Amino acid sequence: MKRPMLEIAGLFKAFGENAILNGINLKVPTGELVFVIGPSGSGKSTMLRCCNRLEEPTSGAILIEGTDICGLGVDINAMRRKVGMVFQSFNLYPHLNVRSNVSLALRKVLKLPRAEADERSMAALDLVGLAQRADFFPSQISGGQQQRVAIARALALEPKVMLFDEPTSALDPELVGSVLAVMRDLKASGMTMLVVSHEMGFAREAADRVIFMDGGVIVEEGAPEAVFGAPKHERTQAFLSRVRG
Amino acid sequence: MNQILDQFLNFQVMGAAFPTLMAGLLTTAEICVVVILLGLAGGLGVALGSLHSSRWVRWPSIVLVDFFRAIPPLVLLIFVYSGLPFAGIRLSPFAAVVIAFLLNNSAYYGEVYRAGILSIGKGQFEAARSTGLTRAQTMLYVVLPQAVRNVLPDLLSNTVEVVKLTSLASVVSLGELLYAADMARSVTYNASPVVMAAAVYLVILWPLVRLVSRFERRLSL
Ligand SMILES: Nc1ncnc2c1ncn2[C@@H]1O[C@H](COP(=O)(O)OP(=O)(O)O)[C@@H](O)[C@H]1O
Ligand SMILES: [Mg+2]
Repeated sequence: MKRPMLEIAGLFKAFGENAILNGINLKVPTGELVFVIGPSGSGKSTMLRCCNRLEEPTSGAILIEGTDICGLGVDINAMRRKVGMVFQSFNLYPHLNVRSNVSLALRKVLKLPRAEADERSMAALDLVGLAQRADFFPSQISGGQQQRVAIARALALEPKVMLFDEPTSALDPELVGSVLAVMRDLKASGMTMLVVSHEMGFAREAADRVIFMDGGVIVEEGAPEAVFGAPKHERTQAFLSRVRG
Repeated sequence: MNQILDQFLNFQVMGAAFPTLMAGLLTTAEICVVVILLGLAGGLGVALGSLHSSRWVRWPSIVLVDFFRAIPPLVLLIFVYSGLPFAGIRLSPFAAVVIAFLLNNSAYYGEVYRAGILSIGKGQFEAARSTGLTRAQTMLYVVLPQAVRNVLPDLLSNTVEVVKLTSLASVVSLGELLYAADMARSVTYNASPVVMAAAVYLVILWPLVRLVSRFERRLSL
Protein backbone atom coordinates (compact mmCIF):
# COMPACT_ATOMS: atom_id res chain seq x y z
CA MET A 1 0.00 0.00 0.00
CA LYS A 2 1.16 3.50 -0.88
CA ARG A 3 1.92 6.02 1.86
CA PRO A 4 -1.35 7.60 3.05
CA MET A 5 -1.88 11.18 1.92
CA LEU A 6 -4.56 11.62 4.55
CA GLU A 7 -4.70 9.70 7.77
CA ILE A 8 -7.36 9.98 10.44
CA ALA A 9 -6.14 8.37 13.65
CA GLY A 10 -8.25 7.76 16.74
CA LEU A 11 -10.56 10.68 15.99
CA PHE A 12 -13.09 11.56 18.67
CA LYS A 13 -15.40 14.54 18.53
CA ALA A 14 -18.04 15.61 21.02
CA PHE A 15 -20.27 18.67 21.06
CA GLY A 16 -20.62 19.24 24.78
CA GLU A 17 -22.04 15.99 26.19
CA ASN A 18 -22.89 14.76 22.72
CA ALA A 19 -20.35 12.27 21.40
CA ILE A 20 -20.51 12.42 17.61
CA LEU A 21 -17.33 10.67 16.46
CA ASN A 22 -16.23 7.72 18.54
CA GLY A 23 -12.83 6.69 17.32
CA ILE A 24 -12.39 6.94 13.55
CA ASN A 25 -9.34 5.39 11.92
CA LEU A 26 -8.95 5.84 8.20
CA LYS A 27 -6.09 5.97 5.75
CA VAL A 28 -6.52 7.47 2.31
CA PRO A 29 -3.52 6.60 0.12
CA THR A 30 -2.31 9.10 -2.45
CA GLY A 31 -4.56 9.21 -5.48
CA GLU A 32 -7.34 7.12 -3.98
CA LEU A 33 -10.97 8.02 -3.72
CA VAL A 34 -12.66 6.92 -0.52
CA PHE A 35 -16.42 7.10 -0.62
CA VAL A 36 -18.34 7.59 2.61
CA ILE A 37 -21.93 6.54 3.15
CA GLY A 38 -24.07 6.38 6.24
CA PRO A 39 -27.39 7.57 7.68
CA SER A 40 -28.01 11.23 8.39
CA GLY A 41 -26.49 12.26 11.71
CA SER A 42 -23.89 9.51 11.70
CA GLY A 43 -21.06 12.07 11.77
CA LYS A 44 -19.93 12.10 8.13
CA SER A 45 -19.85 15.87 7.82
CA THR A 46 -18.23 16.23 11.21
CA MET A 47 -15.46 13.83 10.19
CA LEU A 48 -14.82 15.79 6.99
CA ARG A 49 -14.88 19.10 8.82
CA CYS A 50 -12.30 17.83 11.30
CA CYS A 51 -10.00 17.13 8.34
CA ASN A 52 -9.48 20.85 7.76
CA ARG A 53 -10.26 21.90 11.32
CA LEU A 54 -13.52 23.63 10.63
CA GLU A 55 -14.26 21.53 13.72
CA GLU A 56 -11.61 20.96 16.36
CA PRO A 57 -11.22 17.27 17.16
CA THR A 58 -11.79 16.43 20.81
CA SER A 59 -8.93 13.99 20.53
CA GLY A 60 -7.04 12.11 17.86
CA ALA A 61 -4.88 13.17 14.97
CA ILE A 62 -5.40 14.23 11.37
CA LEU A 63 -2.26 13.73 9.31
CA ILE A 64 -1.64 15.19 5.88
CA GLU A 65 1.46 13.70 4.32
CA GLY A 66 2.45 12.60 7.79
CA THR A 67 2.06 16.03 9.47
CA ASP A 68 -0.52 16.33 12.22
CA ILE A 69 -2.60 19.38 11.31
CA CYS A 70 -3.79 19.66 14.90
CA GLY A 71 -0.24 19.78 16.27
CA LEU A 72 1.05 22.71 18.25
CA GLY A 73 2.67 25.40 16.17
CA VAL A 74 0.98 24.26 12.96
CA ASP A 75 0.01 27.16 10.69
CA ILE A 76 -3.63 26.27 10.26
CA ASN A 77 -4.16 28.59 7.31
CA ALA A 78 -1.23 27.02 5.48
CA MET A 79 -2.60 23.54 6.32
CA ARG A 80 -6.04 24.43 5.02
CA ARG A 81 -4.57 25.23 1.60
CA LYS A 82 -3.54 21.61 1.32
CA VAL A 83 -7.08 20.45 1.97
CA GLY A 84 -9.74 21.60 -0.46
CA MET A 85 -13.35 21.45 0.64
CA VAL A 86 -16.55 21.38 -1.37
CA PHE A 87 -19.82 21.97 0.45
CA GLN A 88 -23.33 20.74 -0.21
CA SER A 89 -24.58 24.32 -0.53
CA PHE A 90 -21.66 25.53 -2.76
CA ASN A 91 -21.07 28.61 -0.59
CA LEU A 92 -19.84 30.77 -3.44
CA TYR A 93 -19.35 34.43 -2.55
CA PRO A 94 -22.44 36.08 -4.07
CA HIS A 95 -20.88 39.55 -4.25
CA LEU A 96 -17.93 38.41 -6.37
CA ASN A 97 -17.94 37.19 -9.93
CA VAL A 98 -16.86 33.68 -10.79
CA ARG A 99 -13.25 34.62 -11.50
CA SER A 100 -12.93 36.56 -8.24
CA ASN A 101 -14.50 33.70 -6.30
CA VAL A 102 -11.60 31.58 -7.47
CA SER A 103 -8.86 34.20 -7.28
CA LEU A 104 -9.62 35.67 -3.84
CA ALA A 105 -7.57 33.14 -1.89
CA LEU A 106 -4.84 33.16 -4.53
CA ARG A 107 -4.40 36.87 -4.03
CA LYS A 108 -4.93 37.12 -0.29
CA VAL A 109 -3.50 33.83 0.93
CA LEU A 110 -0.84 33.01 -1.66
CA LYS A 111 -0.27 36.76 -2.24
CA LEU A 112 -0.06 36.30 -5.99
CA PRO A 113 -0.21 39.46 -8.11
CA ARG A 114 -3.56 39.99 -9.71
CA ALA A 115 -2.53 39.00 -13.22
CA GLU A 116 -1.01 35.74 -12.09
CA ALA A 117 -3.96 35.01 -9.81
CA ASP A 118 -6.36 35.63 -12.68
CA GLU A 119 -4.37 33.38 -14.96
CA ARG A 120 -4.41 30.56 -12.44
CA SER A 121 -8.11 31.11 -11.79
CA MET A 122 -8.87 30.80 -15.46
CA ALA A 123 -6.85 27.60 -15.64
CA ALA A 124 -8.84 26.16 -12.73
CA LEU A 125 -12.12 27.25 -14.29
CA ASP A 126 -11.02 25.64 -17.52
CA LEU A 127 -10.57 22.34 -15.67
CA VAL A 128 -14.22 22.40 -14.67
CA GLY A 129 -15.33 23.64 -18.08
CA LEU A 130 -16.45 27.09 -16.99
CA ALA A 131 -13.79 29.50 -18.26
CA GLN A 132 -16.43 31.19 -20.40
CA ARG A 133 -18.49 31.99 -17.27
CA ALA A 134 -15.67 33.91 -15.53
CA ASP A 135 -17.47 37.26 -15.60
CA PHE A 136 -20.82 35.94 -14.40
CA PHE A 137 -22.03 36.26 -10.85
CA PRO A 138 -23.01 33.13 -8.92
CA SER A 139 -26.70 34.06 -9.10
CA GLN A 140 -26.48 34.06 -12.89
CA ILE A 141 -25.35 30.45 -13.32
CA SER A 142 -26.99 27.12 -12.56
CA GLY A 143 -26.50 25.16 -9.35
CA GLY A 144 -24.35 22.61 -11.13
CA GLN A 145 -22.16 25.36 -12.54
CA GLN A 146 -21.92 26.98 -9.12
CA GLN A 147 -20.72 23.73 -7.62
CA ARG A 148 -18.12 23.36 -10.35
CA VAL A 149 -16.90 26.89 -9.59
CA ALA A 150 -16.65 25.87 -5.94
CA ILE A 151 -14.52 22.93 -7.02
CA ALA A 152 -12.34 25.23 -9.12
CA ARG A 153 -11.98 27.58 -6.16
CA ALA A 154 -10.58 24.75 -4.08
CA LEU A 155 -8.44 23.32 -6.91
CA ALA A 156 -6.79 26.64 -7.70
CA LEU A 157 -4.89 26.37 -4.42
CA GLU A 158 -3.42 23.07 -5.62
CA PRO A 159 -4.52 21.05 -2.61
CA LYS A 160 -3.20 17.61 -1.75
CA VAL A 161 -6.59 16.29 -0.70
CA MET A 162 -10.11 17.20 -1.72
CA LEU A 163 -13.05 16.74 0.64
CA PHE A 164 -16.56 16.61 -0.78
CA ASP A 165 -19.56 16.86 1.54
CA GLU A 166 -22.62 15.73 -0.41
CA PRO A 167 -21.60 17.85 -3.42
CA THR A 168 -24.64 16.92 -5.51
CA SER A 169 -27.36 16.67 -2.85
CA ALA A 170 -28.60 20.22 -3.39
CA LEU A 171 -28.74 19.87 -7.18
CA ASP A 172 -31.61 19.14 -9.51
CA PRO A 173 -31.14 15.62 -10.90
CA GLU A 174 -30.31 16.84 -14.41
CA LEU A 175 -27.40 18.90 -13.07
CA VAL A 176 -25.77 16.14 -11.03
CA GLY A 177 -23.98 14.55 -13.96
CA SER A 178 -21.81 17.54 -14.82
CA VAL A 179 -20.48 17.76 -11.26
CA LEU A 180 -19.79 14.03 -11.10
CA ALA A 181 -17.98 14.27 -14.42
CA VAL A 182 -15.65 16.90 -12.98
CA MET A 183 -15.03 14.70 -9.95
CA ARG A 184 -14.29 11.75 -12.22
CA ASP A 185 -11.71 13.83 -14.12
CA LEU A 186 -10.19 14.88 -10.84
CA LYS A 187 -9.84 11.30 -9.73
CA ALA A 188 -8.28 10.42 -13.07
CA SER A 189 -5.75 13.20 -12.63
CA GLY A 190 -4.55 11.56 -9.44
CA MET A 191 -6.23 13.65 -6.75
CA THR A 192 -6.70 12.12 -3.33
CA MET A 193 -10.38 12.41 -2.48
CA LEU A 194 -12.70 11.79 0.46
CA VAL A 195 -16.28 11.96 -0.73
CA VAL A 196 -19.51 11.86 1.26
CA SER A 197 -22.34 11.22 -1.18
CA HIS A 198 -25.43 9.19 -2.02
CA GLU A 199 -24.41 8.68 -5.65
CA MET A 200 -23.85 4.93 -5.46
CA GLY A 201 -23.43 4.65 -9.22
CA PHE A 202 -20.55 7.08 -9.07
CA ALA A 203 -19.03 5.14 -6.18
CA ARG A 204 -19.15 1.88 -8.14
CA GLU A 205 -17.15 3.29 -11.02
CA ALA A 206 -14.84 5.78 -9.31
CA ALA A 207 -14.31 4.75 -5.69
CA ASP A 208 -11.36 2.65 -4.58
CA ARG A 209 -13.01 1.99 -1.27
CA VAL A 210 -16.37 2.55 0.37
CA ILE A 211 -16.81 3.07 4.08
CA PHE A 212 -20.11 2.85 5.90
CA MET A 213 -20.44 5.01 9.01
CA ASP A 214 -23.03 4.79 11.74
CA GLY A 215 -23.07 6.22 15.24
CA GLY A 216 -19.73 7.94 14.80
CA VAL A 217 -17.73 4.84 13.91
CA ILE A 218 -16.78 3.07 10.69
CA VAL A 219 -18.99 0.00 10.69
CA GLU A 220 -17.85 -1.56 7.45
CA GLU A 221 -15.39 -0.87 4.70
CA GLY A 222 -14.29 -2.52 1.50
CA ALA A 223 -14.30 -2.38 -2.27
CA PRO A 224 -17.49 -0.88 -3.75
CA GLU A 225 -18.66 -4.26 -5.15
CA ALA A 226 -18.17 -5.87 -1.75
CA VAL A 227 -19.92 -3.22 0.33
CA PHE A 228 -22.77 -2.63 -2.11
CA GLY A 229 -23.02 -6.19 -3.46
CA ALA A 230 -22.55 -8.24 -0.33
CA PRO A 231 -22.63 -6.06 2.78
CA LYS A 232 -21.49 -8.06 5.79
CA HIS A 233 -22.91 -5.93 8.51
CA GLU A 234 -26.57 -5.85 9.38
CA ARG A 235 -26.63 -2.06 9.74
CA THR A 236 -25.06 -1.67 6.30
CA GLN A 237 -27.67 -3.96 4.79
CA ALA A 238 -30.49 -2.05 6.47
CA PHE A 239 -29.07 1.29 5.28
CA LEU A 240 -28.56 0.12 1.70
CA SER A 241 -32.02 -1.37 1.41
CA ARG A 242 -33.46 1.88 2.74
CA VAL A 243 -31.64 4.13 0.26
CA ARG A 244 -32.44 1.83 -2.61
CA GLY A 245 -36.12 2.07 -1.63
CA MET B 1 -53.31 86.27 7.65
CA ASN B 2 -50.83 88.93 6.68
CA GLN B 3 -49.64 89.05 10.26
CA ILE B 4 -48.98 85.34 10.23
CA LEU B 5 -47.04 85.54 6.97
CA ASP B 6 -45.10 88.45 8.36
CA GLN B 7 -44.15 86.44 11.45
CA PHE B 8 -43.29 83.16 9.77
CA LEU B 9 -42.49 83.83 6.14
CA ASN B 10 -40.91 87.24 6.22
CA PHE B 11 -38.55 87.18 3.25
CA GLN B 12 -36.84 90.35 4.29
CA VAL B 13 -35.92 88.84 7.65
CA MET B 14 -34.94 85.61 5.97
CA GLY B 15 -32.64 87.45 3.59
CA ALA B 16 -30.95 89.25 6.45
CA ALA B 17 -30.54 86.02 8.43
CA PHE B 18 -29.32 84.03 5.46
CA PRO B 19 -25.53 84.47 5.98
CA THR B 20 -25.84 83.56 9.67
CA LEU B 21 -27.81 80.45 8.79
CA MET B 22 -25.31 79.38 6.17
CA ALA B 23 -22.50 79.72 8.69
CA GLY B 24 -24.58 77.56 11.02
CA LEU B 25 -25.16 75.05 8.26
CA LEU B 26 -21.42 74.81 7.75
CA THR B 27 -20.94 73.95 11.42
CA THR B 28 -23.74 71.39 11.17
CA ALA B 29 -21.96 69.87 8.18
CA GLU B 30 -18.68 69.73 10.08
CA ILE B 31 -20.29 67.91 13.01
CA CYS B 32 -21.99 65.50 10.61
CA VAL B 33 -18.84 64.65 8.68
CA VAL B 34 -16.81 63.95 11.81
CA VAL B 35 -19.55 62.06 13.65
CA ILE B 36 -20.63 60.01 10.63
CA LEU B 37 -17.15 59.01 9.48
CA LEU B 38 -15.77 58.26 12.94
CA GLY B 39 -19.11 56.67 13.87
CA LEU B 40 -18.96 54.29 10.92
CA ALA B 41 -15.47 53.22 12.00
CA GLY B 42 -16.30 53.08 15.71
CA GLY B 43 -19.52 51.20 15.00
CA LEU B 44 -17.63 48.60 13.03
CA GLY B 45 -15.21 48.27 15.95
CA VAL B 46 -17.90 47.63 18.54
CA ALA B 47 -19.81 45.33 16.18
CA LEU B 48 -16.74 43.16 15.69
CA GLY B 49 -16.12 43.35 19.44
CA SER B 50 -19.65 42.26 20.26
CA LEU B 51 -19.26 39.22 17.99
CA HIS B 52 -15.75 38.33 19.18
CA SER B 53 -15.06 34.78 20.27
CA SER B 54 -13.49 35.90 23.55
CA ARG B 55 -16.00 36.90 26.19
CA TRP B 56 -13.47 39.44 27.56
CA VAL B 57 -13.91 41.41 24.37
CA ARG B 58 -17.54 40.51 23.69
CA TRP B 59 -19.13 41.45 27.01
CA PRO B 60 -17.57 44.91 27.39
CA SER B 61 -18.55 45.69 23.80
CA ILE B 62 -22.15 44.63 24.38
CA VAL B 63 -22.38 46.60 27.64
CA LEU B 64 -20.94 49.67 25.94
CA VAL B 65 -23.38 49.49 23.06
CA ASP B 66 -26.35 48.95 25.37
CA PHE B 67 -25.30 51.81 27.63
CA PHE B 68 -24.90 54.37 24.89
CA ARG B 69 -28.08 53.30 23.15
CA ALA B 70 -30.07 53.55 26.36
CA ILE B 71 -28.83 56.95 27.53
CA PRO B 72 -30.60 59.94 25.89
CA PRO B 73 -28.12 61.80 23.67
CA LEU B 74 -29.07 65.15 25.20
CA VAL B 75 -28.26 63.85 28.68
CA LEU B 76 -24.95 62.55 27.41
CA LEU B 77 -24.13 65.87 25.75
CA ILE B 78 -24.90 67.91 28.85
CA PHE B 79 -22.88 65.49 30.95
CA VAL B 80 -19.87 65.74 28.65
CA TYR B 81 -20.08 69.51 28.33
CA SER B 82 -21.23 70.62 31.76
CA GLY B 83 -20.52 67.60 33.92
CA LEU B 84 -16.96 66.73 33.01
CA PRO B 85 -15.57 70.17 33.98
CA PHE B 86 -16.24 69.08 37.57
CA ALA B 87 -13.59 66.45 36.94
CA GLY B 88 -11.29 69.06 35.48
CA ILE B 89 -12.06 68.13 31.88
CA ARG B 90 -13.16 71.23 30.04
CA LEU B 91 -14.13 70.76 26.39
CA SER B 92 -15.06 73.21 23.69
CA PRO B 93 -18.70 73.00 22.60
CA PHE B 94 -17.61 71.40 19.32
CA ALA B 95 -15.48 68.75 21.02
CA ALA B 96 -18.23 67.99 23.53
CA VAL B 97 -20.81 67.61 20.77
CA VAL B 98 -18.56 65.39 18.69
CA ILE B 99 -17.65 63.14 21.62
CA ALA B 100 -21.20 62.79 22.92
CA PHE B 101 -22.74 62.12 19.52
CA LEU B 102 -19.92 59.85 18.48
CA LEU B 103 -20.51 57.62 21.50
CA ASN B 104 -24.23 57.56 20.80
CA ASN B 105 -23.83 57.09 17.10
CA SER B 106 -21.14 54.40 17.19
CA ALA B 107 -23.45 52.36 19.36
CA TYR B 108 -26.28 52.67 16.83
CA TYR B 109 -24.10 52.00 13.80
CA GLY B 110 -22.60 49.11 15.76
CA GLU B 111 -25.99 47.47 16.15
CA VAL B 112 -26.67 47.89 12.44
CA TYR B 113 -23.35 46.32 11.43
CA ARG B 114 -23.92 43.53 13.92
CA ALA B 115 -27.27 42.68 12.38
CA GLY B 116 -25.64 42.77 8.95
CA ILE B 117 -22.84 40.40 9.94
CA LEU B 118 -25.32 38.04 11.58
CA SER B 119 -27.34 37.98 8.35
CA ILE B 120 -24.46 36.26 6.56
CA GLY B 121 -24.67 32.49 6.61
CA LYS B 122 -22.12 30.34 8.36
CA GLY B 123 -21.28 28.73 5.02
CA GLN B 124 -19.60 31.92 3.81
CA PHE B 125 -17.21 31.94 6.78
CA GLU B 126 -16.49 28.26 6.33
CA ALA B 127 -15.86 28.46 2.61
CA ALA B 128 -13.46 31.35 3.15
CA ARG B 129 -11.65 29.74 6.05
CA SER B 130 -11.36 26.47 4.14
CA THR B 131 -9.34 28.27 1.45
CA GLY B 132 -6.88 29.51 4.05
CA LEU B 133 -8.14 33.07 4.51
CA THR B 134 -7.59 34.32 8.04
CA ARG B 135 -10.47 35.45 10.24
CA ALA B 136 -9.69 39.10 9.47
CA GLN B 137 -9.46 38.48 5.72
CA THR B 138 -12.72 36.56 5.81
CA MET B 139 -14.42 39.51 7.50
CA LEU B 140 -12.89 42.09 5.19
CA TYR B 141 -13.31 40.43 1.80
CA VAL B 142 -16.22 38.04 2.22
CA VAL B 143 -18.51 38.95 5.11
CA LEU B 144 -18.46 42.74 5.41
CA PRO B 145 -19.14 43.57 1.76
CA GLN B 146 -22.26 41.42 1.90
CA ALA B 147 -23.22 42.54 5.40
CA VAL B 148 -23.02 46.23 4.55
CA ARG B 149 -25.06 45.72 1.42
CA ASN B 150 -27.75 43.96 3.45
CA VAL B 151 -28.07 46.77 5.98
CA LEU B 152 -27.53 49.76 3.70
CA PRO B 153 -31.02 51.19 4.37
CA ASP B 154 -30.42 51.01 8.12
CA LEU B 155 -27.00 52.62 7.85
CA LEU B 156 -28.50 55.39 5.79
CA SER B 157 -31.47 55.79 8.07
CA ASN B 158 -29.13 56.08 11.04
CA THR B 159 -27.20 58.72 9.16
CA VAL B 160 -30.39 60.75 8.80
CA GLU B 161 -30.76 60.55 12.57
CA VAL B 162 -27.26 61.95 13.01
CA VAL B 163 -28.11 65.01 10.96
CA LYS B 164 -31.21 65.57 13.07
CA LEU B 165 -29.22 64.95 16.23
CA THR B 166 -26.90 67.87 15.46
CA SER B 167 -29.70 70.31 16.26
CA LEU B 168 -29.29 69.33 19.92
CA ALA B 169 -25.88 71.00 19.84
CA SER B 170 -27.69 74.34 20.22
CA VAL B 171 -28.08 73.66 23.94
CA VAL B 172 -24.33 74.00 24.44
CA SER B 173 -24.30 77.21 22.37
CA LEU B 174 -22.57 75.62 19.42
CA GLY B 175 -23.39 77.77 16.43
CA GLU B 176 -24.91 75.14 14.20
CA LEU B 177 -27.94 75.63 11.98
CA LEU B 178 -30.68 75.65 14.61
CA TYR B 179 -28.67 77.76 17.03
CA ALA B 180 -27.95 80.29 14.31
CA ALA B 181 -31.63 80.43 13.38
CA ASP B 182 -32.68 80.90 16.97
CA MET B 183 -30.17 83.68 17.44
CA ALA B 184 -31.54 85.40 14.36
CA ARG B 185 -35.04 84.94 15.74
CA SER B 186 -34.18 86.61 19.03
CA VAL B 187 -32.47 89.50 17.31
CA THR B 188 -35.26 90.14 14.79
CA TYR B 189 -38.21 89.22 17.02
CA ASN B 190 -39.43 87.16 14.09
CA ALA B 191 -39.89 83.39 13.67
CA SER B 192 -39.00 83.33 9.97
CA PRO B 193 -35.34 82.31 10.49
CA VAL B 194 -36.52 79.20 12.37
CA VAL B 195 -38.91 78.37 9.55
CA MET B 196 -36.04 78.79 7.15
CA ALA B 197 -33.87 76.45 9.24
CA ALA B 198 -36.66 73.87 9.19
CA ALA B 199 -36.82 74.23 5.41
CA VAL B 200 -33.08 73.65 5.14
CA TYR B 201 -33.29 70.46 7.23
CA LEU B 202 -36.16 69.33 5.06
CA VAL B 203 -34.33 69.98 1.81
CA ILE B 204 -31.32 68.04 3.01
CA LEU B 205 -33.09 65.14 4.65
CA TRP B 206 -36.06 64.54 2.42
CA PRO B 207 -34.04 63.07 -0.45
CA LEU B 208 -32.18 60.88 2.04
CA VAL B 209 -35.42 59.63 3.54
CA ARG B 210 -36.75 58.86 0.06
CA LEU B 211 -33.53 57.02 -0.70
CA VAL B 212 -33.94 54.90 2.43
CA SER B 213 -37.46 53.96 1.35
CA ARG B 214 -36.24 53.04 -2.12
CA PHE B 215 -33.48 50.84 -0.74
CA GLU B 216 -35.89 49.18 1.64
CA ARG B 217 -38.33 48.44 -1.15
CA ARG B 218 -35.60 47.08 -3.39
CA LEU B 219 -34.18 44.82 -0.70
CA SER B 220 -37.59 43.50 0.28
CA LEU B 221 -38.33 42.39 -3.29
N1 LIG C 1 -21.74 22.51 15.69
C1 LIG C 1 -22.48 21.51 16.23
N2 LIG C 1 -22.93 21.62 17.48
C2 LIG C 1 -23.65 20.63 18.05
N3 LIG C 1 -23.98 19.47 17.42
C3 LIG C 1 -23.58 19.32 16.16
C4 LIG C 1 -22.80 20.33 15.49
N4 LIG C 1 -22.52 19.88 14.24
C5 LIG C 1 -23.09 18.66 14.14
N5 LIG C 1 -23.72 18.32 15.27
C6 LIG C 1 -24.44 17.06 15.52
O1 LIG C 1 -23.60 16.00 15.16
C7 LIG C 1 -24.34 14.95 14.60
C8 LIG C 1 -23.70 14.47 13.35
O2 LIG C 1 -23.81 15.49 12.39
P1 LIG C 1 -23.15 15.37 10.95
O3 LIG C 1 -21.70 15.17 11.11
O4 LIG C 1 -23.60 16.58 10.21
O5 LIG C 1 -23.82 14.06 10.38
P2 LIG C 1 -24.01 13.62 8.87
O6 LIG C 1 -23.20 14.51 8.00
O7 LIG C 1 -23.56 12.21 8.84
O8 LIG C 1 -25.48 13.73 8.59
C9 LIG C 1 -25.77 15.46 14.41
O9 LIG C 1 -26.59 14.89 15.41
C10 LIG C 1 -25.64 16.95 14.62
O10 LIG C 1 -26.79 17.43 15.26
MG1 LIG D 1 -23.77 15.86 6.51
